[in-house]
Amino acid sequence: MATGTEPHLNSGGVRTGTRAAISAPHLRTDRWWLAPAATAAGLLAFIVYSTWRAFANADYYAAPYVSPFYSPCLAENCEPMRAGPNWDLFGSWWGVSPAIIILIFPLGFRLTCYYYRKAYYRGFWMSPPACAVAEPHKKYSGETRFPLILQNIHRYFFYAAIPVAGILTYDTVLAFRGGTDENYEWGHMGLGTLVFLVNIVLIWAYTLSCHSCRHIVGGKLKHFSKHPVRYKAWQWIGKLNARHMLLAWASLVSVALADFYVYLVASGVFDDPRFF
Amino acid sequence: MSSYEARFKVWRGDVQGGGLEDFEVEVNDGEVVLDIIHRLQATQAPDLAVRWNCKAGKCGSCSAEINGRPRLLCMTRMSVFTREETITVTPLRAFPVVRDLVTNVGFNYDKARQVPAFVPPADLGPGEYRMMQEDVDRSQEFRKCIECFLCQDTCHVVRDHEENKPAFAGPRFLMRVAELDMHPLDAASETGLDRKQTAQDEHGLGYCNITKCCTEVCPEGIKITDNALIPLKERAVDRKYDPLVWLGSKIMRRST
Amino acid sequence: MSVVDRQEWDVVVVGAGGAGLRAAIEARERGARTAVICKSLFGKAHTVMAEGGIAAAMANANEHDNWQVHFRDTMRGGKFLNQWRMAELHAREAPDRVWELETWGALFDRTKDGRISQRNFGGHEYPRLAHVGDRTGLELIRTLQQKIVALQQEDKKETGDYESRLKVYQECTVTRILKASDSGSAAGGSRVSGVFAYDRETGRFFVLEAPSVVVATGGIGKSFKVTSNSWEYTGDGHALALLAGAPLLNMEFVQFHPTGMVWPPSVKGILVTESVRGDGGVLRNSEGKRFMFDYIPDVFKEKYAESEEEGDRWYEDPDNNRRPPELLPRDEVARAINSEVKAGRGSPHGGVFLDVSTRMPAEVIRRRLPSMYHQFKELADVDITAEAMEVGPTCHYVMGGIAVESDTAAARGVPGLYAAGEVAGGMHGSNRLGGNSLSDLLVFGRRAGWHAAEYAAARAFERPEVSDLEVDTAAAEALRPFSAEGPVGGEEDGRPPENPYTLHQELQQTMNDLVGIIRREGEMEQALEKLAELRVRARRAGVEGHRQFNPGWHLALDLRNMLLVSECVARAALERTESRGGHTREDHPTMDRKWRNINLLCRLADPTGGLAATDPERGQIDLVRETTDPVRPDLLALFDKEELVKYLAEEELYQ
Repeated sequence: MATGTEPHLNSGGVRTGTRAAISAPHLRTDRWWLAPAATAAGLLAFIVYSTWRAFANADYYAAPYVSPFYSPCLAENCEPMRAGPNWDLFGSWWGVSPAIIILIFPLGFRLTCYYYRKAYYRGFWMSPPACAVAEPHKKYSGETRFPLILQNIHRYFFYAAIPVAGILTYDTVLAFRGGTDENYEWGHMGLGTLVFLVNIVLIWAYTLSCHSCRHIVGGKLKHFSKHPVRYKAWQWIGKLNARHMLLAWASLVSVALADFYVYLVASGVFDDPRFF
Repeated sequence: MSSYEARFKVWRGDVQGGGLEDFEVEVNDGEVVLDIIHRLQATQAPDLAVRWNCKAGKCGSCSAEINGRPRLLCMTRMSVFTREETITVTPLRAFPVVRDLVTNVGFNYDKARQVPAFVPPADLGPGEYRMMQEDVDRSQEFRKCIECFLCQDTCHVVRDHEENKPAFAGPRFLMRVAELDMHPLDAASETGLDRKQTAQDEHGLGYCNITKCCTEVCPEGIKITDNALIPLKERAVDRKYDPLVWLGSKIMRRST
Repeated sequence: MSVVDRQEWDVVVVGAGGAGLRAAIEARERGARTAVICKSLFGKAHTVMAEGGIAAAMANANEHDNWQVHFRDTMRGGKFLNQWRMAELHAREAPDRVWELETWGALFDRTKDGRISQRNFGGHEYPRLAHVGDRTGLELIRTLQQKIVALQQEDKKETGDYESRLKVYQECTVTRILKASDSGSAAGGSRVSGVFAYDRETGRFFVLEAPSVVVATGGIGKSFKVTSNSWEYTGDGHALALLAGAPLLNMEFVQFHPTGMVWPPSVKGILVTESVRGDGGVLRNSEGKRFMFDYIPDVFKEKYAESEEEGDRWYEDPDNNRRPPELLPRDEVARAINSEVKAGRGSPHGGVFLDVSTRMPAEVIRRRLPSMYHQFKELADVDITAEAMEVGPTCHYVMGGIAVESDTAAARGVPGLYAAGEVAGGMHGSNRLGGNSLSDLLVFGRRAGWHAAEYAAARAFERPEVSDLEVDTAAAEALRPFSAEGPVGGEEDGRPPENPYTLHQELQQTMNDLVGIIRREGEMEQALEKLAELRVRARRAGVEGHRQFNPGWHLALDLRNMLLVSECVARAALERTESRGGHTREDHPTMDRKWRNINLLCRLADPTGGLAATDPERGQIDLVRETTDPVRPDLLALFDKEELVKYLAEEELYQ
C-alpha cells in the first residue's frame, strides 16, 4: 500500500526536517507554469520591442502623431514637431536617443508598481513561480534591504507619472489636427487619433488605479466619515484598482501599439487613414 | 445518485517519516474531500488523523493540501475532479507535521501573541462607542478571517525559508496589524505605539513581495494583498520613506 | 501508575467557546490563575457557527425596547418553563456584555448614527440582535480570543511569561472531573479537586488540580444524525457533571432548528441562519403556498400577521403591522415544516422552500447574507439570489443541561463546579429564542468565571487533594479501548471489538428516528432498549494504532458521554406527557399547564461514579420530578392576565 517511507532530506523549505516527508518540491497537477511563463513571455516581448524602439532614434514623428516613447522630447536632436512636446532642456550634448531621458519615468513607475512586482517576481525571479510551488532560491529577504527596499519609492514615480500622462494627453489632443502643410488646422481625425485616444484612456486608468494613488487619495485616512469627498474618490479608485492587473497589461499593449502605429506611418509603410 | 470508486493518495506518517498511501474509496453525489477522508476513517483507516470541526467552511480547521494546493477539505467538492484523477491529500507543508494530515500550527499562535492588542480609547466607556459603517468596513473585511492559516501555509516567505519564521508574521497577522491600524477607535498611537512603523520593524512587512498567493488561497475571499498588505506598506512608507508626509504629520500632529 | 503530570491552577475552564472564554477572562481579571482546556484549536469553537446575532435590549433600533420586553420574549419563547431568575439576569445584563465586547475590539455592524445595528429575529418583539453580517459567532469568538491574548500580553509584561496566569490547553479532552472529600483523600469525594485530561496530539494524560472547575462544553447534537453541530458536540460537559454527581435539568428539550440544508447529503443539517427569514425570506411548500399562516398557534394569534400583505408591510413599518409567521419561535416553524413534508407538500429532497430570491435584489442578498450566499454556492451549487433554498429541521441546540444556581452558575450539589452556556440548563426553558444563546454565553460565562474565582480564592489555603487512586481509575478507563474485550464466556471464537464509528452511526440513527422532532411513547421505549444494547457494545469499542492523534480512540471515549446524555434525553422525553417547546409528543399533542412548574432532573443511577454501567436492564439514569419556585410577582406583572392564563395553572395565578 504505502509507497515507502521517504527519508528526510532536510534541505530546507518544504523539505525541512520537521515537515511532512515529501520529496517533490510541489504536488500540483494543474498547469501552474502557464501563468508565469505567459507573464515572462509578455514582458520579455515588450522589453525587446521597447529597447529597439527607444534606441532607434528614428521614425517617431508623423504629423500629427508623436510616439509616446518620445514624448516629451527633451533634447536638441529631437525631430521638430508642430506645436509638439519638444522642449530642448538638455541641449546639444545629448547624443543618444532622446527617448531615454523620458522613458526613465514610466519605466520606474511600472518597475515599482505593485502589480508588475508580482509579475516579475513570479515570472522572472520565480520567487515563487506559482503558489505552493517551491522557489529555487536558498535565501530570501524580500523587500527588506537594498536594492529591493527601493520599491518603497513607488509613490514618487506615481507623482511623476501624472505629468507624463498629462503630456500624452496633450499629444492626443494634437492628434486632432491635420490637413495640408499650409493648412494645418484643428478638427481632423484619423485612425491614429483613435489609437491615441484608446491609449490615453488606458494610461490614465492604469495610472489612477495605482495602489499608491488609492492610498494618497483616501486609503491613509482613519475616518472616512469625516472626509466624504475623499471617501467617494477612494471608493472609485478602489474599483479601478481591482482591475489594476488588467489595466497594466492593456496600457502596456496600447502604448506599444501607439508607438508601432507611429513607426509604421513615419517609416512610410502606409498612410494614416484620415476620417475627416 | 451516482457513486463511483475514486483513487486517493493520502500522506500518512509523522515527524519520523512517512509517505503517500494509496486508497480506493466510494464517492457519492455532492460530497466534499472531507467526506471521503471520513469514509476512509470509518472503513479503512480508523486511526487516520485529520483535524476538522464545523464542516461548513466557518471554523478553518480542516486545512490541508489537495493536489498540491492549500485548501479546506470541507469546501473542496469532489465534482471539481474528474473520476479518473488520482487525488493527492497531504498535510500543510509549511508547518511541522504531527501525524497524517495534522500539523503543528503553533507558529501562528506565537505570531498572534506578538501583535499588540486593540487599545481602547481612554475617554470612552462601554456603550459610548460611536463608529460609522464606512469606517468599520475595512477592518470588518479582515475580521472575516477564519484563521485556517492557508495563507500562512502558502506564503513562500516561510514555506520555502524556515529561517524567516522568527522575523515574519505572515499574511494573517500582518492583516491583523492592518485591521487594528484601520480600526476607527484604536488608541495605540496615544500610548506611543505606531502600528505603521512596527509592521515593518517588528512583523516583517518588508519580506512580503506581494505575489498574492495569500489572496489566491483565502477561502473567505478576503483581498489580503490589495486591501491589507499593500495599504500597510503604503502606511509604512508614510512613516519611513516619505519626508513630506512625515513632516506634515509632525506639524499637524494628527493625521486623522 | 501515577506518573501522570500534574499542574495547579485556581480555576479550570473546560471548553473554549463563548461561555468558556468569557468565564476565563472574568476569572483571570478577578485574580485567579486560570486554565482553559478545549478539544479543538483555540478559536475554532462551535460558537463560530452562530450566525444571526447577540440579543440585547440596547434599544438602538427601536427606542421602546428594554430588558423587561426582552425578558418577556424569552419567557414566552421558553413557554414559561425558564428558570426565571436566569432569564431576568440575562435580559438585564446582556447590553453591558455586548458593549464590553466593543472595548475589546469587536466591530459590529452600525446604525446610521454610529451605534450598534440591531436586527429582527424570531420571537423577539423588537429588532434586538447585534450582529456582523451573518458571522456574528465568529466575531464573538475572535474578540474573546483576542482579549485572552491581550491579557496574556499583560502577563508577559509583568511576569515574563505569557501563560503565567492564563493558559489555553488546546486539543485536550477532559474525561473526568476529579473530586476530593473534605475529610481526606478517598476517591469520589464531595467537592471538586480538578480534572483528568489527555492531550489529543500525544495521547499523554495529565491532571489539572483546581478547587473550581467551570464546565462550558456546549451541546449534544452529535448524538443525532441530522444536526448543525460539529464533532465536538458530544455532550462531554453534561456527562462529566453527571458523573461528578450533579443533576441534569429538563434534558427532553432539544431544539430542532427549522432551517438546515437538506441537500447534498454530505452537508445535510448545516445551518441556514434565521436572518434569512428576519430579512424577508419566506417559506413555501411545493404548491408555492406560504404555509406558515396555517400554523400560528393560539398563544401567538394576536402577535402575528394574518395575511401576506400585512406580513410584508411589517418589514417597513413594524409599529403598525404584525410580523409574518415565518418569524414564529423555532419550535413552531420546525414542526410546521415537518408537517408539510409529511403531508407530501415537501421539496424534491424532503424539505421545504426558503426563498429570498423573489424578495430582495441579488445585490442586497449578497451584502446582507454573504456567508449564506457562499455556503449554498460552494456546497450545493445553488445561487440563492436566483432560486429558492431547500431546507428542513436539524438538531441544533439542547435547552436542557446542568442544573445551576441562577446567580452564581454553580452546579447544584457539587461544590466547586460551575456551568455556563449551552451545557447549563434552565435559562431557555423549553425553547430558546434565536440570538439568546450568544448573550447567554456572555452573561453566564462571566458569572461562572466570577463565582468560580471567588470560590477558589476562599479556598486558597485548603486546596482539595487529588488522590492517586482516582487518577489511576480515570487513566484505566481512558485506556480501555486499546484492550477491547476479546472472547466472552460461552462463545467459542469470542466477539471482535466493536467499531466505534459503527456504534456512533447506530446511536445517531436511533436518536434521530426514535427521539427526534416528533416523539411517541413506544418509539422512545424502543430507543431506550437500543441505547442499552449500544452501551454494552460500547464497552467493547476497540481501536487500532497508538495514542498519538488517534480519532478512533477519541470517538470511543466520547461514546460514553453520548450514550449517557442520550439516555437522559430519552428518559425525560418519555416522562413528560405533554408537548412544549422543543419537546413534541404525538400522543400528548398539547401543552399542559400542570407541567409548567415541573422540572425533570436526571441523576446517575449509580452515584458511586464507577465506570459506565454494564447491566443492560437497569439504565444508568434515575429521573426525579421537582416543582419550581413561583415566578417573582413583579416579573409576572409584566404580562397581561389573559396571556398568563394560557401558561400558568389556576393555583399559580392566584397566589
